[in-house]
Formats: sequence, C-alpha cells, structure tokens
Amino acid sequence: MINKIATSVAEALAGVPDGATVMIGGFGTAGIPNELIDGLIEQGAKDLTVVNNNAGNGDTGLAALLATGRVRKIICSFPRQADSHVFDGLYRSGRLELELVPQGNLSERIRAAGAGIGAFFTPTGFGTELARNADGNPKETREINGRQYVLEYPIYGDVALIKAECGDRWGNLTYRKTARNFGPSMAMACKQTIASVHEIVELGGLDPEAIVTPAIFVSKIVKIERQATQAGGFKKAA
Amino acid sequence: MTMSYQKRSKDQLAARVARDIPEGAVVNLGIGQPTLVANHIPKEREVLLHSENGLLGMGPAPAAGQEDYDLINAGKQPVTLLPGGSFFHHTDSFAMMRGGHLDICVLGAFQVSATGDLANWHTGEKDAIPAVGGAMDLAVGAKQTWVMMDLLTKQGESKIVPACTYPLTGMACVKRVYTDLCTLDCTPQGLRLVDLVEGLTHADLEKMIGLPIAH
Repeated sequence: MINKIATSVAEALAGVPDGATVMIGGFGTAGIPNELIDGLIEQGAKDLTVVNNNAGNGDTGLAALLATGRVRKIICSFPRQADSHVFDGLYRSGRLELELVPQGNLSERIRAAGAGIGAFFTPTGFGTELARNADGNPKETREINGRQYVLEYPIYGDVALIKAECGDRWGNLTYRKTARNFGPSMAMACKQTIASVHEIVELGGLDPEAIVTPAIFVSKIVKIERQATQAGGFKKAA
Repeated sequence: MTMSYQKRSKDQLAARVARDIPEGAVVNLGIGQPTLVANHIPKEREVLLHSENGLLGMGPAPAAGQEDYDLINAGKQPVTLLPGGSFFHHTDSFAMMRGGHLDICVLGAFQVSATGDLANWHTGEKDAIPAVGGAMDLAVGAKQTWVMMDLLTKQGESKIVPACTYPLTGMACVKRVYTDLCTLDCTPQGLRLVDLVEGLTHADLEKMIGLPIAH
C-alpha cells in the first residue's frame, strides 16, 4: 500500500542531508511552511542552500533558520524587507552567499528542473546586471527572431518544503488561494517533496479535476493543525 | 521665464493613467503609486487585474476584520477576489507576463530613458542590499509597459534622461510615461508629447527634461 502520510514533522524531515539544496515555498504571508522550517531547524541539517522568494522576516521561520548559521547560500528574488535584519546582517558580514534572480526566472528555473529542460532562453534580465554569472562574466545570450534572450539554467533541489491545503495518502495536493505560489513548481524540482497539509482525506476524496499537484511529485505529507495565516512579518517599508 | 502651472496630484495622475486603460484589458499594477490606478477605473468599465503572486480578477482591499492572509497581492497586502477570478501558481503567473498575455503593466521608476530603458529596482549604492522581485519580468513581459512617476526628483532633476545611470531593469521596454507634469511616449527616435498640464509650455518641458520632445 502506498502511504506517504508521515505521523510527525520530525519523521517527514528525517532524511534531509547536510549540504542539501532546500526549496521552501511561500510568498509574503501566504504558503510559508513554518512548521516544516521549524522542524528543519530542530533536525539540524547544515551547509544548506535555500531557495525561496525572500530571505526571511523578523526572527521566526526562515529568518530563524538563517540565524542558526546552517545556510551557506540563498537563491531568491527579494531578500530586502523592512524586517529582514537576520539576512541583512549575515549578508553584510559575508557569512551568507546571495544569488539574486528575477522572480519569474526563479520560478521558471525551478520548473525547468522538474520538467527535464536543460536550459532555456528568457527575455527577462537581458541587458541588466542580473544577466551576469556570480564570477561577473556575462551569461550566454542569443537573438531569436529579432529579440534578445539570456540563457538560464535549471535550479535542482534535494528537498522541497511546501505548504498545501489538503492531501491524500498517495500525495495528491490542493492549495488555498495565493498560498499556492511556488509550491507546484518546487514539488516538481526536488528529489523529495514534503508538504504540510491542514486536512488529509481518503483516496477519491479530492476532485481529480481539482488536484493541483499530482501524487507523482510528492514524497511525504504531514498534517498540521490549521492556524489562521497571520499578517506579521511583512511590515511596510517606511 | 516664469512658469505658472498646476501639477497633477497623485490621484489626478492615477486618474489620467486609468483613462487610457480600455474595457476588457488585463492589467498588472505595480507596487506603490500604480496601485492607486485601480481606484480610478470607472465601475462600468470591466478590467481584469493580475497580481504576479497568482491571481487574476483581483478585487479591492477587504473590509477591516475580513482580511485573509492567504489572499494577498504582490505588495503582500490583503485583497479580495472578484466573482470569476482565479488562482494559479507562480510559474503560470509569470508565463502570463513573459508570454505577452498581459495587455498593460504600470510601474514606478527611478529613471526612464528617452528610448524607453527602465531603471526601477536598484539605486546601485555599494552597501545597498539588492532586491528585484518581479520588476524585470514585468518590464519586458507585458504588451505595453507604462511608467507612472513624478517628473522631477526632490532635487529638481529630470527622471527622464538621455541614458539611465541607475542599474537597468529592462531595455527599450517603456512605451509611455505618465508624470505629474506631462504624458510622453518613448520611441526608438526619442520622446513624443502626448499631453502636458495647463500653464506649462512645450518649450518649458523640453528645458526641464533637457531633451527634444517631438509633437
């Protein structure tokens, strides 16, 4: 019998190795798998590369993970926030490497990894500072049908931590509103995908027309009691 | 030379932008000042608002106490979904932009060049922490990219420039610039005048910007 339901966060995260690339879903307040992040801090894996849209807010969640010093590099589109002080401190003191990626390129590079695409040409970022590699050399470009494109490579992950709404023992998932954000693409791009859900239903309980992430992309699901998503952590910049 | 003219207020500027958004358009309004445009789209004109974090058919802010923090816009503010609205994941959302499916996006800017280069993500200061978000994707993705900004900096320098000195967001991507003093098109040949506020002459404007403006 296929049963991807883990009985605890600790059980779900037991296999995360040191040196892993960990993709973490969420945008703004929506879709952040806070309990899985807390579980990862407890689990203790180190020398991690984290892929997330942001780089943590306040002192909890991703910011708390960064504060442990176990993250070597972060790949994201928008690290700076009014309350991203944990990231800011680590970055300024050279203890955390940053790869800044335009948001759509980030999402597409994640998808490409899951879809078996070797690399792709995108117009986003052409002619800008972000069309350079970390060593400062320009990324490969090409003119296609009169338009300029930059060559971007997939981002492969070892583990995806995502927040979904509802799941079943095969690992099928649905999401809630804008909490979907990076979840479906990250689930495709990683060797292992661990999803928190608020509800577990019997097989057949999810409308097959409405399943957003099919079971093939999911390794484990773990039930977390529902808490209303809070506003905190995204103070408006002055 | 004495100039006696009235600047457009933020709301007047938003209303000016809204006037040019046609019925049926799919529009992305950037974070900050562009968000105001939504308040000025006439009720009888149906426009689909897109937010890059994964919704189409975005409605206004919810009433106090009705906020749902799983339903937010790209600026991370709580919003509502109109009947007929939909949710989708990030990669699909950016495909809507990059794939040319959005009719219009309206963005703020630090600088715009006469030929439509845009700088709006980074001041380039050495100790600044860079953050780009969806700015570059939006700038090059929509069928038309419009900028909405004050024409002059607080120091009185034109933000419309011969060539951007701040790091670029996109090249030759801005079609039209709406400012508190004028509306201009950016073309491969340079600036073209659309309108200006009362009391300001074409010659005054050219002097302020320091660039020729075709009629």
